Amino acid sequence: MSYVRFENVSFAYGDNQILKNFSLALEKNEIMCLVGPSGCGKTTLVRCLLGLNRPSEGEIYVGDTCVFSSKRRINVPAERRRIGIVFQDYAVWPHLTVKENIAYPLRKRKVPKPEIDRRVEEVLRLVRMSEYINHLPSQLSGGQQQRVAIARALMTSDDLVVMDEPITNLDAKLREQMLYEIRELQHNMGTTVFYITHDQRAALQLGDRIAIMDPQGELVQVGSDEDIILRPRTRFVFEFIGVTNFLALKRVDGQYRVDLGSTLAPWPAQVPPELQNVAVLDVGIRPNDIVFDSSSPFRGVVRRAVFLGSEYEYFVQAGDKSLRIQQGALDASLNGIAAEGSEVGLNFLNPQYYEAAREEGAR
Amino acid sequence: MINLRRKTRDLAVLDGRRRVGLDSIMTALSFVLLLVIVVTPISMIVYHAFFHQGQFSLDLIIDQFTRDTTVSAMWNTIKIAILVTIFGTIVGVFYAWLLGRSNIPGKKLMRFLFTIPYMFPPFLGAMAWDLLLNGRSGYLNRWLMKTFGLSSAPFNINTVWGIVFVELSYYFPFVFMQVVSALERMDPTLEESARIAGAKQGTVIWKITLPLVRPAISSGALLILISSLAHFGVPSILGFSQGIFTLPTRIYAVIARSGGSFEGIRQGAALSILLVAVVALALWIQQRVLRSGGYDIIKGKSMRPTVINLRGARIPLFILALTTLVVIVLVPLGMIFLVALVRAYGLPLIPANFTLANYQRIFTASGTLESIKNSMILSLSAGVITMLLGTMVAYVVQKIRPRGSSVLEIMSVLPYSIPGTVLAIGVILAWSGSLGLNLYNTLWIILVAYIARYLSFSMKTSSAALLQVHPSLEEAARTCGASHTESLRDITLPLIRPAMVSGFFLIFLPAMREVTTSVLLYGPYTRTLGVQIYSLRDAGMMPQASALGSVAIVLIIVVNSIVNALNQTRKGV
Repeated sequence: MSYVRFENVSFAYGDNQILKNFSLALEKNEIMCLVGPSGCGKTTLVRCLLGLNRPSEGEIYVGDTCVFSSKRRINVPAERRRIGIVFQDYAVWPHLTVKENIAYPLRKRKVPKPEIDRRVEEVLRLVRMSEYINHLPSQLSGGQQQRVAIARALMTSDDLVVMDEPITNLDAKLREQMLYEIRELQHNMGTTVFYITHDQRAALQLGDRIAIMDPQGELVQVGSDEDIILRPRTRFVFEFIGVTNFLALKRVDGQYRVDLGSTLAPWPAQVPPELQNVAVLDVGIRPNDIVFDSSSPFRGVVRRAVFLGSEYEYFVQAGDKSLRIQQGALDASLNGIAAEGSEVGLNFLNPQYYEAAREEGAR
Repeated sequence: MINLRRKTRDLAVLDGRRRVGLDSIMTALSFVLLLVIVVTPISMIVYHAFFHQGQFSLDLIIDQFTRDTTVSAMWNTIKIAILVTIFGTIVGVFYAWLLGRSNIPGKKLMRFLFTIPYMFPPFLGAMAWDLLLNGRSGYLNRWLMKTFGLSSAPFNINTVWGIVFVELSYYFPFVFMQVVSALERMDPTLEESARIAGAKQGTVIWKITLPLVRPAISSGALLILISSLAHFGVPSILGFSQGIFTLPTRIYAVIARSGGSFEGIRQGAALSILLVAVVALALWIQQRVLRSGGYDIIKGKSMRPTVINLRGARIPLFILALTTLVVIVLVPLGMIFLVALVRAYGLPLIPANFTLANYQRIFTASGTLESIKNSMILSLSAGVITMLLGTMVAYVVQKIRPRGSSVLEIMSVLPYSIPGTVLAIGVILAWSGSLGLNLYNTLWIILVAYIARYLSFSMKTSSAALLQVHPSLEEAARTCGASHTESLRDITLPLIRPAMVSGFFLIFLPAMREVTTSVLLYGPYTRTLGVQIYSLRDAGMMPQASALGSVAIVLIIVVNSIVNALNQTRKGV
């Protein structure tokens, strides 16, 4: 049985339906990253789990307990759900010291004082904040405040901690470091972490599994980083997870041709058999999956070539379309660099095909 | 877009005790208390102005509005308010610029001194100027007449211009403080780029700086306008003897002359309608003006403004500023303290005539001691009650946001735009028996009036503080195992405590020196400090009035320094 389960959860702010029959399960001791564009309902889902929002329908389980069920009229109040939370804005109480902040969940549970002292010291060591025990939050940097928030969340529960965009307010370098620390912490403690972010890169870096929500609040794919990158289920996932080129394929006389606006070009790759009767297909290709191949019938002109250190980036014009291509530095040194203005042939590796019509409506 | 309004409301719903939760109790309590304290007196005025013995009738209104005394009082009110506003704005902007943007010496100290008139009770100032420049017996007038052998007094403070001058010296800080802070928050590059583009210093001030602080100027100016329209103290002290009335003093006179009879109060209610109409017109103009002047160029954080070198004008302008300070702060203050020491009013102010007998008299006279005690009780309890009530209303309006919360908000800030005189009449009409509760001649009626009058102060400061408390702080407490009530007690209340304390003093200080409403509400045993000074002076006992006035000033200064000390030592945030 999964550790945390959302079953057909629906939620609406007035007429604005945010979640509809949303289901998701978290396994014990994993880091589950929920990724989705801003405003898709991630935070609403978390608030439903915490007991800060009341879903209109559905059931939510944590371990063996049902914390919410519309059918059975169960709604455990937020203060009795015992789920640790790290908010984006830290929500560290500015009038309390680091120690008072962290001890608060224990005090509410009437833990004896010596025990509180011991556990506060222990958790502060874990987040490496021991020397700041008597500081006020106003004396701490953003990253330090976030560590206090994490420590406090761990005090609420070392079984389940929810992190809602915890590193968004930090600068780039600190973000990397915090991701690493969260990973370490989880590894050492075995806490189940439900990590919410709109940053797909952070999710790929951190998550054991990744769940992707589309802008409509639908769960579109759950899987490991490899699943998500190599086998994106929908065009949305494919686009969301990295830089992409999209081309439209048209079936003309039983052959797929690339629609370049003014002209049709031959498509050098094979369309999978199950899609061969579809009239119009969208095909997505990552910049590093496009290779120069002088024998290919698909031709284009190099408009710009930029050296980025580890790779070259090209913008190639084909008809009315501009394609973005990345070539590793090693590959470039072996096979030569395409000069600006030269005509090149292109081949496409690992293209992802999507039925155009179906995806069109969702956009 | 996620609707924050609903989000916080859900917190209460999730409390489990949906029907009798803390939130619903506070909401209901806020509505009931505001209806009783604020809406009832105001509706009573409207009712009694338009209804006579249950019948709708415009007779009273028409009769009152067409009287010569009413027309001249209205004319005086408007004339004084407009003159005070114009000159107050000029003086305020000039000194704001001088102290905010020039290299005049002693800026910090002078800035503090310029805000003193703000806490000094204007009617004491009027009293001081009357002692000095009264047309018949003013000290300065008599000295000038004797020295230069003049046959008549060179100055007369008991005129419209005298009233304008005294009100001006207490109201210009409104513009001064607004403009100084706007000048400080202005991005200096705006002015620098004008200089770089080739504009002269004068052109920059005229074409760039002034237009940019225009919103601050107009909001300060309108504050002066509205305060002056409703002002009672200065015109009553300086105008009564010469028959110069404004609407607030005319209302007082009508009621005082009728000896508190119902007919007099009804006439006062009718005049109140006129005064409210004039103030409402000013408020309407304020809304229009403030809406049109929106600049985003003034930043929230402090910048280092470009300081202008005054060169040769530096010392003369410094002397001018110093003279202004001496005239508006030192002279009235000194006058009050000196006259408090003199054996009899009219004797020369020389040490031979000085005595402490006046203090001895006021501290042994039961009426005076009683008045200090009354004012202390009233200010403390009004401060505490209003602070708690205002915070509760602010929490309901900002955090719970029930249906009709905007009505609640309007109800709580309504008395702010109702002149104190008018509010007093409403309180008399509502709480002297006609609704089954007679508080007349007790301290309670004054307390109710104070609460209504100052509610908006604490409501505003607490609202601003609550807006700073992000909902996630309370939510974090909930997830840490605190109930809704506990999260309020442990997190929200401590966070807004500094604002509540300053809200308390914002009420306590003006309540200590209040005279406008209490002069209409006091009874034989419920004189307040302001009323006592006022009536001592009315009875011609100038030295005793001054002695009591000096006690009031010392009290205000002591409390104010306590506030400042508290503000500097507060912890966190």
